Amino acid sequence: MRHIISVLLENEAGALSRVAGLFSARAYNIETLTVAPTEDVSLSRLTIVTSGTDAVIEQITKQLNKLIDVIKVVDLSEAAHIERELMLIKVRATGKDREELKRLADIFRGHIIDVTESTYVVELTASGAKLDSFIQAIDAGLILETVRTGVCGIGRGERILKSLIRANCRTVKEIP
Amino acid sequence: MTMMTGAEIVIRCLQEEKVEYVFGYPGGSVLHIYDALFKQDQIKHILVRHEQAAVHAADGLARSSHKVGVALVTSGPGATNAVTGIATAYMDSVPLVVISGQVPNAYIGQDAFQECDTVGITRPCVKHNFLVNDVHQLAVTMKKAFYIANSGRPGPVVVDIPKDVTAAKCKFEYPETIQMRSYNPVIKGHLGQIRKAVHLLLEAKRPMIYSGGGAILSNGAEQLTRLTRRLGFPITNTLMGLGAYPGTDRQFLGMPGMHGTVEANLAMQHCDVLLAIGARFDDRVIGNPDNFSSLPRKIIHVDIDPSSISKRVKVDVPIVGNVPDVLEEMLRLLDAGNASPDPEVLAAWWHEIEEWRAKQCMKYRMKKSIIMPQYVMEKLYEVTGGKAIVTSDVGQHQMWAAQYYKFDEPRRWLNSGGLGTMGVGLPYAMGAALQHPEMQVACVTGEGSIQMCIQELSTAKQFRLPIKIINLNNRYLGMVRQWQEMFYGSRYSESYMDSLPDFVKLAEAYGHVGMRIEKPEDVEPALRKAFIEHKDDLVFMDFITDQKANVFPMVAAGKGLADMILTEDL
Ligand SMILES: Cc1ncc(C[n+]2csc(CCOP(=O)(O)OP(=O)(O)O)c2C)c(N)n1
Ligand SMILES: [Mg+2]
Repeated sequence: MRHIISVLLENEAGALSRVAGLFSARAYNIETLTVAPTEDVSLSRLTIVTSGTDAVIEQITKQLNKLIDVIKVVDLSEAAHIERELMLIKVRATGKDREELKRLADIFRGHIIDVTESTYVVELTASGAKLDSFIQAIDAGLILETVRTGVCGIGRGERILKSLIRANCRTVKEIP
Repeated sequence: MTMMTGAEIVIRCLQEEKVEYVFGYPGGSVLHIYDALFKQDQIKHILVRHEQAAVHAADGLARSSHKVGVALVTSGPGATNAVTGIATAYMDSVPLVVISGQVPNAYIGQDAFQECDTVGITRPCVKHNFLVNDVHQLAVTMKKAFYIANSGRPGPVVVDIPKDVTAAKCKFEYPETIQMRSYNPVIKGHLGQIRKAVHLLLEAKRPMIYSGGGAILSNGAEQLTRLTRRLGFPITNTLMGLGAYPGTDRQFLGMPGMHGTVEANLAMQHCDVLLAIGARFDDRVIGNPDNFSSLPRKIIHVDIDPSSISKRVKVDVPIVGNVPDVLEEMLRLLDAGNASPDPEVLAAWWHEIEEWRAKQCMKYRMKKSIIMPQYVMEKLYEVTGGKAIVTSDVGQHQMWAAQYYKFDEPRRWLNSGGLGTMGVGLPYAMGAALQHPEMQVACVTGEGSIQMCIQELSTAKQFRLPIKIINLNNRYLGMVRQWQEMFYGSRYSESYMDSLPDFVKLAEAYGHVGMRIEKPEDVEPALRKAFIEHKDDLVFMDFITDQKANVFPMVAAGKGLADMILTEDL
C-alpha cells in the first residue's frame, strides 16, 4: 500500500543522505522524496512517498526514528491529510493547440507562466494523481518537458508535527 | 580559560571521558593530534600494525568492559582500513569512538592527497558520524560522540576532523551533560506491557527464555540470572549472549541456532511462551522465519531498539526498554504478587527437555593419533578453570569454542557474531589483555583467520601482551570446507590452505614463544606449560587438528530449527 511519511529532522549537512541511504541500504522503495527547511531553519521537513506491506512500513518508520538526526516521524496516510505536488510542464503551443492547451490548463486550475511564440510553460499544483491526469489529457506529442517536485503533505486539522515531542524513540505503532 | 588547539582539545576530551587506551596509527592529517598526544602521559597510545586492528582492538576492549573503545586513524587509507573494524562493531552494537583525520577544509572535494569521503563511506555502518568543520564545535561533538556511542543501543561513532581544525585555536569548554532533541533513548519499559508479560510467563506451560548480546551490552546479566532462577525456566544464550547466564547451570540449555544444541533448538521451537531478551531473531538463530512462525507460541520481546522488535518475527508483547530495568520490574511484579509458575506444569516440560538433552548432541569421537579440535576446547576450559577471556576468529574453531567452553560470566567471550569478520581474534585479545592485565586471555583461531591480522604479533610484542593463541590448524578454511562437503558434493574449491607458514618459527620471529602440538596426549601438557610456565609470554600454540572434523549439530541455512543434522560419529 502507498504511504506518505513525514519526517522532521535536524537541518544539517548529510542528514538527507542518511535518509536516502537508509532506503537504498534496506531496499525500501521511494516514489518521491521532498525536503526543505521549516519556519524554524534548524529543522528540515521531509516527505517520502513509499509503498510496502504493513510490516515494511512499520520497519521504515522505526528505522527512520533510529537515525540520530531524525526528530519525529509520522505516517500521514494513517489519518486525514492533504497532499500536493507542483509540476511545471513545457508544451509545444502553436496554431489551434494554443487555445486548447489554455482551456485544459484552466480546467485543471493551472497557470500559464511562460509564453513564447511556440511554447507554454504550465504550472500546476495538485495531488500526484491529478498531475498524471493532466499529462494524460494532453497529446503526448506536444509535451516538451516536465518537472515535478514530488509530494509534500500535511495532516488535516489539529494533527501537527512538532519538534518539541521528546520521546522520539517510540513509534506510533509500538504499543498495540 | 586558556586557548587550546583542536588537537589539544581532542586529547583533553578523551581525558575527560577517562579514556585509558587509544589504538591508532599516525599519518599526515592527524600529525597535530599525535603531537598533542606526545605532550601528555595520561592516555596511552597503542600503535597497531594495521588500522583494521586498531578498531578491532578498541572493540575488544569495549566488549570486555563497559567502556567506549577509541581508535585514531589518518585520512584516506587510514580511514578505509578502519571500515571493516567499524562495520564489525556496528553489527554487534559495540560502543566505539573512531577519530579520523581529514584533509584541510579548503581541500575537501578537491581530490586532495589522502582525501576520501569518510563520513560518506562509513555512514551505513555507524550509529552516527560527524564531520567537524569548525574548532568551536569540536568539544561538544566529542561529547555527543561518546554519549551516542554508549547510550541506547550502543554502536560506533566516527568523528572526522579536517587537519586545519586540529590546528585552529579556541577556548576549551567540555559540557558536563548533553541534551539532544533528536535522540532520547528509552530506559524504562511500559509498565502495562511488563505486566502483560509477567502474566503470560506465569500461565505458560512450556516457557523458554532466549537472551542475546543485548543482555550483556546493557549489563543485564545479573538481573537475567535472578529472573531465570526465580522462574525456574530453561534458558538459551545466543552466540553473542554467552555468559549472560552461567553456562554450567542446569537451567542453561546451551546455544541455539545453526550450531546450537538439540535441547536449545527444540525448546525454542516447541515452547508456548518465549521471552526474548536483547536478541534479534537472527537468521543464524531461528533458521527459517516462516518455519519458526508456523508454530503457535506467544513471544515477549524486550529490547532497547524498537526496530529490532517484530522485524523478522511478529511479536505479541513488545517491551522497549533497557534490559536490566525491565527485568528488575518483572522481578518486582513477581515478588509483589508472590507469584510463581506451577511447579508440576514446569516439571513436565523439564522432563521433555531432559529427554532431548539426553541425546548428548555434542559428543564426539576421539581419535588415537589425531587431535580433535573439540578436545582442545575442553582442555582449554579445564586448564583455565573456565575463567579466561576467550576471543575467537570466524569459522569452525569459533563454533567449537562457543560450544565447548562454558562461560559463567558475561564479557568473557568476544567474537564477531554479526559481521563474522575473520581476523578479529588477535586484536580482540589485545584490547582485552590491556583492559584486564590480571586475567588469562586466550585467542582461539584457525590457520586461515589468524593470517588476516597476523601482523599484530608485533604490536603484542611491543606492549608485552601475554595472549595465548590457540590455533586449531586443520589446513582448511574449515567452515567453507564443511559447507562444500555437505552442500557442494565435496568439491573443495579454494578452501585448502596451502603454503602455510611455520607458525612456530613465525611466532619466534616476532619474539614470542611458539609450540606445535600434534598428538592428543600432548594437548593438556602444552596448555599447562603455556598458561603456567609461560604465563607472562605470548604463546602461539599450533594444534594440528583433524582435517575432517565438522561442527554439529547443524541446521542448514533456510531450514527450520528442528531440522538438525547430527554427528554421524556416534
Ligand atoms: C574476512 C572474511 N572473509 C571470508 C569469510 C568467510 N569465511 C567464513 S569461515 C571461513 C574459514 C575460516 O578458516 P579458518 O580460520 O582456518 O577456520 P576454520 O573454519 O578452519 O576453523 C571463511 C573463509 C569471513 N567470515 N570473513
Ligand atoms: Mg582452518
